[in-house]
Amino acid sequence: MEASLYLLIPVSVALVFLMGWVFWRALHGGQFDDLERPGYSILDEDEKRPPETGSDPNRGKGE
Amino acid sequence: MPAAEGLDAEAASEAVASCFHCGAAVIESRRWRSPVLGALREFCCAGCEAVARTIVAGGFEKYYETRSASGPQPQALAPAAIYDDPAAQQQFARQLDGHRRAATLILDRIRCAACLWLNEQWLRKLPGLVRVDINYATHRAQVEWDERQTRLSRILEAVRAIGYDAYPFDPQRQADLERAARRAALWRLFVAGFGAMQVMMYAVPAYLDGGALPPESAQILRWASLVLTLPVIIFSCGPFFGAAWRELRLGRLGLDTPISLGILAGFAASVWATVTGSGEVYFDSISMLVFLLLGARYAELLARGRATRGLDRLSRWMPSFAQRLAGERAEQVAAHALHPGDRVIVAPGERVPADGVVERGHSSADESLLTGESLPVAKAPGAPLTGGSVNLEQPLVMRVTRAGGETTAASIGRLVERAAAARPAIVAGADRIAHWLTYVVVGVALAALAWSQDPWIAVAVLVVTCPCALALAAPIALTAAATRLLERGVALTRSGALETLTRATDIVLDKTGTLTSGRMALARTELRGALDEGQCVALARALEASSRHPMARAFGPGAQAGPVTELTHFPGHGIEARVAGRRVRIGRAAFCAALSGPAPAEERDDPRSCAYLADESGWLARFVIEDPLRADAARLVDDLHAAGLRVHLVSGDEPRLVAALAGALGIERFTGAATPQDKFAYVEELQAEGRVVAMLGDGLNDAPVLARADVSMAMGGGAEVAQLQSDLVLLGERLDSVGDVLAQAKRAMRVIRQNFAWAIGYNVLALPLAALGWVGPWEAAVGMAASSFIVVLNALRIAAPGTRSAAWKPASTSSFPSRSRSYS
Repeated sequence: MEASLYLLIPVSVALVFLMGWVFWRALHGGQFDDLERPGYSILDEDEKRPPETGSDPNRGKGE
Repeated sequence: MPAAEGLDAEAASEAVASCFHCGAAVIESRRWRSPVLGALREFCCAGCEAVARTIVAGGFEKYYETRSASGPQPQALAPAAIYDDPAAQQQFARQLDGHRRAATLILDRIRCAACLWLNEQWLRKLPGLVRVDINYATHRAQVEWDERQTRLSRILEAVRAIGYDAYPFDPQRQADLERAARRAALWRLFVAGFGAMQVMMYAVPAYLDGGALPPESAQILRWASLVLTLPVIIFSCGPFFGAAWRELRLGRLGLDTPISLGILAGFAASVWATVTGSGEVYFDSISMLVFLLLGARYAELLARGRATRGLDRLSRWMPSFAQRLAGERAEQVAAHALHPGDRVIVAPGERVPADGVVERGHSSADESLLTGESLPVAKAPGAPLTGGSVNLEQPLVMRVTRAGGETTAASIGRLVERAAAARPAIVAGADRIAHWLTYVVVGVALAALAWSQDPWIAVAVLVVTCPCALALAAPIALTAAATRLLERGVALTRSGALETLTRATDIVLDKTGTLTSGRMALARTELRGALDEGQCVALARALEASSRHPMARAFGPGAQAGPVTELTHFPGHGIEARVAGRRVRIGRAAFCAALSGPAPAEERDDPRSCAYLADESGWLARFVIEDPLRADAARLVDDLHAAGLRVHLVSGDEPRLVAALAGALGIERFTGAATPQDKFAYVEELQAEGRVVAMLGDGLNDAPVLARADVSMAMGGGAEVAQLQSDLVLLGERLDSVGDVLAQAKRAMRVIRQNFAWAIGYNVLALPLAALGWVGPWEAAVGMAASSFIVVLNALRIAAPGTRSAAWKPASTSSFPSRSRSYS
């Protein structure tokens, strides 16, 4: 039990840092800039949307 | 459901219904209707109806049961074509490859996310618009359009067509800054949150297990906590340390000093304990403390963002050009490039670009924004023109006497700045307490250290007395109050305002645009000839259709009598035209008499409140026109009296009108014909007597006095400078929300006082216990969390749904069933 702590605690620390990194990416990718729009995409029509609109996955990277 | 339908229609016909989608008053009842949730609902505009239909057709009726706030109604706006000018576009639009151009627009009159969604759907269908991307948080739209297929003005007009407004703004300055600030705040909060959660988990075994935990395991947990607290200190504590450093340098100790002291002392001691394997660690308390404080700050940031978003239009790009005469040719120049002596053409409907004197032409100017004078002022050669007023009837040639920073408008701006700088700084109560708290805590910590020779006791004192609850007490309560007020259509732009409002003894009201709607309306028609009222009004509409005179708008939209030819404006006198073959005049009594012969009886002509209609055969009608009182003005004054405030009415309008209005409303103290300087002096005089003055106003002329008053409120539809200078903005232009504001301010202050009492009580209790060495890391963590949560929960009572019905008076119009329709 004692020995597993030496493994699990550093792993948990590493996981927190990993999460921090993921959040950093998401934050600076613009994912948190607008939390209201996605809730309304359910009202959008289902037709294929042109690639220029708000759903462009590459949007925000260059910002 | 025919029963419900009948009931609804009945309700709509009796009182003024409110729009089912946006909540605004329905002015034209039975025009826009659609069934929602089993009943026929009334809407105020096509935009709201379209959105409701789409939502229902898509099967999302549930939205109306779950939505959080209600959307907008259309109004008359300046032409959008000015934004197509290539020189103007250089300042806000970008040229992309080929024929594509891009610009950022601010969407205005947005009430809820459904409005944004409608705009997005609507714009996507617009031909020539390549891309539209709306940010729901900031209400900004990125648009790209193809120059060959469309113009920017078409896009703006499309938005206006559904009842909203859009205008370009210079995106580079503010938006980037705001986004960076939001991201940084969120990042700090996230680091502190995850750090706190994880470190608390590492702390639990040590707390639960007492001494049973093997020392090696405890040591790993301590090292892990250290590794995770380090980022919290590095990334998240910047704002506290920075503020504490400023406080120290200025010698003005506030809240941030004891907080930083607690964090740093606790962290340094914990690091030392970890490295040497002795003593106590406070990593969990520190990271939790930082997380709670940052959480409160983030909530405050969001609330402020929501409140000020309505005021975003202040940063819009405004075209300010002038037509300068060079010889006989007019050239377009920027208004600030004008010099005294330049000759400028001002077209009807345009803003006067600088102060000057009329050289050629007869017209009238609307100076209401500058002077509060509700009626246009006639302008003939030699008459002075004030920059910022609007030329109404005919083109004028003026000679500039003062331009740029010398103009009257600019000097009002300087008066505003001076007043804002002289504003008595409302020092937050928490900072005053923190000031002496810091000395006490540091003193006690040093004394405990000297007496017990145990540095751990000093550390415990510093950490335990870290004024977390004290720091949370006011901001959370104010944020909750601001959120509640925003639901009622009141934007709180300076949180200190609520405190001042509870201390206010006097309130100064403006007349035009505040107690009255600021828009002329036809009060009654007195017939003088053979035609009936409908025919007379139709004739008047036909004559006034092309006029920009505020009185012309009094006749409203509706049927016009027959084709109009030979229309001529006689500035200061009236209008003459041939309508359906009949020569008709509208205007002053003498002007009409010149066409139809003398009046049958003595006419009491008053250019401020009436207009005459006559044709060649005789007199037809006398129209009585007034700037009508808002429906809820009487209730406002009653509310203010009930709240124990002395009510003053100070207006730039004619003393006789002001006195009549004050009499009707039961206001004892009033002054008319007041210039911006007079109003400013009036408030200063009251303040010199020791009164705390609140002010409610709307025009540019009110801006200095709004800034000078201890606390100020502006109407949402008023001049932008006025809104910028005020602490509260009534976005819905509903006067009865002032009563709400007063009640809300009292509640918030009560909660804040309770919170302060609790936070101070906690510190007073914890300080001696810690100094005696009875408080360890476990007790510190629990004590701090408990005191903070009690403060937060108490503050949330302000926003709790249970209290909503008690304080909330619905915007019921039942007490003014017949009047309110024409005013809204």
